[in-house]
Amino acid sequence: MSWVERVAPVAFGVLGIALWQLAVWGLQVPVYVLPGPVAIVNAYAGDFDVLNAALVSTLTVTFAALLVSTVLGVALALAMAASNLARAAIQPWAVILQVTPVVAIAPLIIIWVNQPFMALVVCATIVAFFPVLSNTAAGLAATPVDLLDLFRLNGASRWQTLMLLRLPAALPYFLAGLRISGTLALVGAVVAEFVAGSGGFASGLAYRILEAGYRLEIPRMFAALVLLALAGMAIYGALGLFAHVLLRRRDAA
Amino acid sequence: MIELAGVGKKFPNSTVALEGISTSIAAGEFVALLGPSGCGKSTLLRLLAGLESPSEGEIAWPGGAPAAGEIGFVFQDATLMPWATAAENVYLPLRLRGKSRADTKSTVQSALRQVGLADFASAKPASLSGGMKMRVSIARALVSEPKLLLMDEPFAALDEFTRFKLQADLREVWQRSGKTIVFVTHSIYEAAYLATRVLVMSPRPGRVAADVTSHVADGPERRMAGDYTAFVRQLTETLREVMPL
Repeated sequence: MSWVERVAPVAFGVLGIALWQLAVWGLQVPVYVLPGPVAIVNAYAGDFDVLNAALVSTLTVTFAALLVSTVLGVALALAMAASNLARAAIQPWAVILQVTPVVAIAPLIIIWVNQPFMALVVCATIVAFFPVLSNTAAGLAATPVDLLDLFRLNGASRWQTLMLLRLPAALPYFLAGLRISGTLALVGAVVAEFVAGSGGFASGLAYRILEAGYRLEIPRMFAALVLLALAGMAIYGALGLFAHVLLRRRDAA
Repeated sequence: MIELAGVGKKFPNSTVALEGISTSIAAGEFVALLGPSGCGKSTLLRLLAGLESPSEGEIAWPGGAPAAGEIGFVFQDATLMPWATAAENVYLPLRLRGKSRADTKSTVQSALRQVGLADFASAKPASLSGGMKMRVSIARALVSEPKLLLMDEPFAALDEFTRFKLQADLREVWQRSGKTIVFVTHSIYEAAYLATRVLVMSPRPGRVAADVTSHVADGPERRMAGDYTAFVRQLTETLREVMPL
């Protein structure tokens, strides 16, 4: 990638923001309809502590859900790889959970799980765990057949085959799934916070967005949205970098 | 060492890969299985390895069936673990048999030396050429001192120069170790150069159409010798009879 290609998205973004600000000034758009970038930055600066605390709260739910998704996804993928019966039993339910909109079941979860933080983590986990599960299961199933034969010829136990071959072979698949799950955990956390926030439970950036909407504090709403977008990009980028470094260190000479 | 009596293999999709294979392989022989693609050579190799079971007939081991790890297998691709160094890949069969890394360090090093890769022990597969990867694969097959070495077109994907070198090295390993080798190939030249005996197989369902013993003299100029050329001609004629062009 040339330096022009690297700089292009940043330059495009800066240009867009500048045009946005100029349009808002030039057309005198009311701030409650569309605030300009300067108003958004001012809103963030003015509400720095509250918005940052909300960001930390959302990220705590996100990372907790990502952790649970990882453990749950890998455990279920291992069970599915170990037994066709387990695969037949688990797969349809995993798909059902994935295709059911979490916004539709979040109110129920929030009623059933008394502890609000746990309820948010459960909702975000339902959204986030599927990519880890499906990618890890695909990786475990894609172990090179010749290597499996080699392990068989040498009398390897199932445990040895799992630890020395199948798990390392599935690592790139797992990491790709983890990257998708990272951003989905954030989406799940925000959706759950919206539902919980509508019910009066104050937590996270989604609640701050709702609150700002009720009060017509549109710049503050945008500031929270920008924080969410940046958090999503940071999670995606960090998990991508983690995978890149890990696989490069592992496989490079 | 191995007795095959009426061995056949039919797959669940009704494909008959092999039919009525009866032959024997003596200890120390270098046998090439020669035939066109799809004639069941690789299936026969997998039957010998115990990776598949024959649908009919019997494979007997008069001297005792080999235990786990006593058969070395080299695949068409090097099939190395990309995350492990050359030494770790070679150590794998020993590791699976519960031997410690420390106790087997010199054995692994010696196997790598045998294939000319003593200086590449800590290299990962990504940094090795195709020929070097195949050498690691051969070292891995040799490290556990197998009674029988099965090789499934291991040099087919390599360039001519690398293939010639590896063929010469393999002959040397065989002469030094006296191992029994069964080598699958669809190259007449490769079979004529390497083997002491060539089993020519017919197209599907695979049968042993001819059992030809080599009389090519050993020596550094083996590939240039007149009896090698004559053997190539003999194999070519045999193949023409089996599979008219």
